[in-house]
Amino acid sequence: MSGLAVELVGLTKTFGGAKGDEVNVAAVRGVDLGIQAGEFFTLLGPSGCGKTTTLRLIAGFETPTAGEVLIEGRPMSQVPAHRRPVNMVFQNYALFPHLTVAENVAFGPRVRGMARAERDRRVQEALELVRLPDVGRRKPAQLSGGQQQRVALARALINEPAVLLLDEPLGALDLKLRKRMQVELKHLQQEVGITFVYVTHDQEEALAMSDRIAVMNDGMVLQVGTPVEVYERPATRFVADFIGETNFLPAQVALREGDGLWLTLEGGRLLARQPAEALQQGQAVTLALRPEKIDLAPSNAGGLGGVVQEVVYIGTDTRFVVRLASGAQVVARLQNIGERGLGEFGVGDAVTLLCAPADVHVLNN
Amino acid sequence: MQRQRWPSLGALYYALLALFMYLPIVVLVVFAFNDSPLMVFPLKGFTLQWFRALGQATEMLKALRNSLLLGITSSLVATLLGTMAAIATMRYRFALKGLFLAVASMPLVIPYVVLGVALLILFSTVGVPLSLFTVGVGHVIISVPYVMLIVAARLAGFPASLEEAAQDLGASYWLTLWRVVLPIAAPAIMSAFLTSFTTSFDEFAVSFFLTGTDTTLPVYVYSQLRFPNRLPIVVTLSAIVMVCSVALLLLAEWLRTRGEPATRRVKQ
Ligand SMILES: Nc1ncnc2c1ncn2[C@@H]1O[C@H](COP(=O)(O)OP(=O)(O)OP(=O)(O)O)[C@@H](O)[C@H]1O
Ligand SMILES: [Mg+2]
Repeated sequence: MSGLAVELVGLTKTFGGAKGDEVNVAAVRGVDLGIQAGEFFTLLGPSGCGKTTTLRLIAGFETPTAGEVLIEGRPMSQVPAHRRPVNMVFQNYALFPHLTVAENVAFGPRVRGMARAERDRRVQEALELVRLPDVGRRKPAQLSGGQQQRVALARALINEPAVLLLDEPLGALDLKLRKRMQVELKHLQQEVGITFVYVTHDQEEALAMSDRIAVMNDGMVLQVGTPVEVYERPATRFVADFIGETNFLPAQVALREGDGLWLTLEGGRLLARQPAEALQQGQAVTLALRPEKIDLAPSNAGGLGGVVQEVVYIGTDTRFVVRLASGAQVVARLQNIGERGLGEFGVGDAVTLLCAPADVHVLNN
Repeated sequence: MQRQRWPSLGALYYALLALFMYLPIVVLVVFAFNDSPLMVFPLKGFTLQWFRALGQATEMLKALRNSLLLGITSSLVATLLGTMAAIATMRYRFALKGLFLAVASMPLVIPYVVLGVALLILFSTVGVPLSLFTVGVGHVIISVPYVMLIVAARLAGFPASLEEAAQDLGASYWLTLWRVVLPIAAPAIMSAFLTSFTTSFDEFAVSFFLTGTDTTLPVYVYSQLRFPNRLPIVVTLSAIVMVCSVALLLLAEWLRTRGEPATRRVKQ
């Protein structure tokens, strides 16, 4: 775990514009990132936020408008795609239809001039690594989507790249297979120890697999951190909203009390821990509350009160929509354990929302 | 009940159409075996004498040889040029691409007679003597657009990410072309070559204007129509050529469509 596998410095890509006849699209805007060697790093963001473009800039399929890509400390601006020590797993797999599976996997070693015997041995190893030892003679079209996905992985991994780039590699698979492949991919990454740069717009997938996540929006990186960090301490409202479900409530800073901070809302008040930055008394802020971190109590408990408006049973949990005095709606989720959750509160019941100070996030407006 | 009358009407229509289209060819083949120098019914009897006489018709065989040679050479050149043009237009963005495409496909809509006259004027102005070479130039011009369209259609059918994948795996541009683009496009290129060949082989108007002393088969056949007694030999050769052309075109079509479903699935 020494040194950076990939470093992006002020990386910017603007499409169009050169000819002046199209609207300029700033796909990537000044991205600075350092990806550690051996890390499972995920670029997470909504559709069109520039994830694929970032990956293609690293792979060398696009030329940056400004900024630089460094791989293992070496600047890549003069290095064409076919000389970069990275390999990519394409979203549509891009397997060569005219070659057999074994020939597909052997493509990289062959191009690099590896001897036949050595090559055959490595191909077999690579196919065994992705648990497809017997399909070497088939054409890609004769494989299922999940199998094609693994062949694409084997074809990339056989080259032992410094960095493996994966563009939504599980996007085309059905949910169940997807879940299984997530686990497999993660194990595979730990087994081979190669740096993975993984692109997805699925936040659950990102949380489950990554060592660190960069949350992107609109061509920019908003937050970089471990799954726990980005989920528990979202830096911006966008991050809180995009990763998991979040209630946003307008509030005002009331007073500091020890290491806590009282915030007033219409209909009550809440105690928050932190924040690091200094906030003025009376300042308007936004509170971010995760539904699963909110507990409900009968209305005499004090704190933030409201009325239950909707109760939805969703199997593991029950979802309550509570209406505050301000008219704002807050979603709370209670796990269905014993007496809790289901049946505990009904529509029209007055309740109090409880939330541990550590789980009340204050976002500066 | 009501619905069943329509297919039979359709079948009748289809039969008439097929008859209209293929009767001349059938007649041609039938007369090649007819034991009479006159092209009239009723048929006189079965003979192979015209096929034997064909062996002695040295001039005609020479024209046939010329046509084969010309067809192969001009198709090779047209296939090379057309394939390169197809790759350029499908995989690169460049200035005036629209104009390039329009110019390259112009021969599709220019009448061959006009093209023949135009080339004739050009060659005589520049001082190039008419020969099989000049005919070849005309045929290349005619065939390039066909090649371009056939190969471009194939290139459009597979995603550019395949080429990126090849480069990602370490292949240079030329190696990518050699190992990925050309193999995938090969059936289309082969089909384009065969299409060019048949076009060149039976092309008359351009050949007629541009031919020198060495002539092509269609031009030679036309010149022989003045001599009624040579007609059966011409008919016989035509029948042979006809059968070969159909076989070639079927092969070209088979090549063009071969493997397409497989690639379609990969690119989902
Ligand atoms: N070759 C291109 N020419 C012009 N605009 C492009 C090009 N490639 C991408 N863009 C634009 O750049 C922006 C970012 O695209 P990109 O493909 O990187 O998004 P993404 O995050 O991968 O999205 P998705 O999740 O949908 O794949 C989009 O607005 C897209 O339209
Ligand atoms: Mg993308």
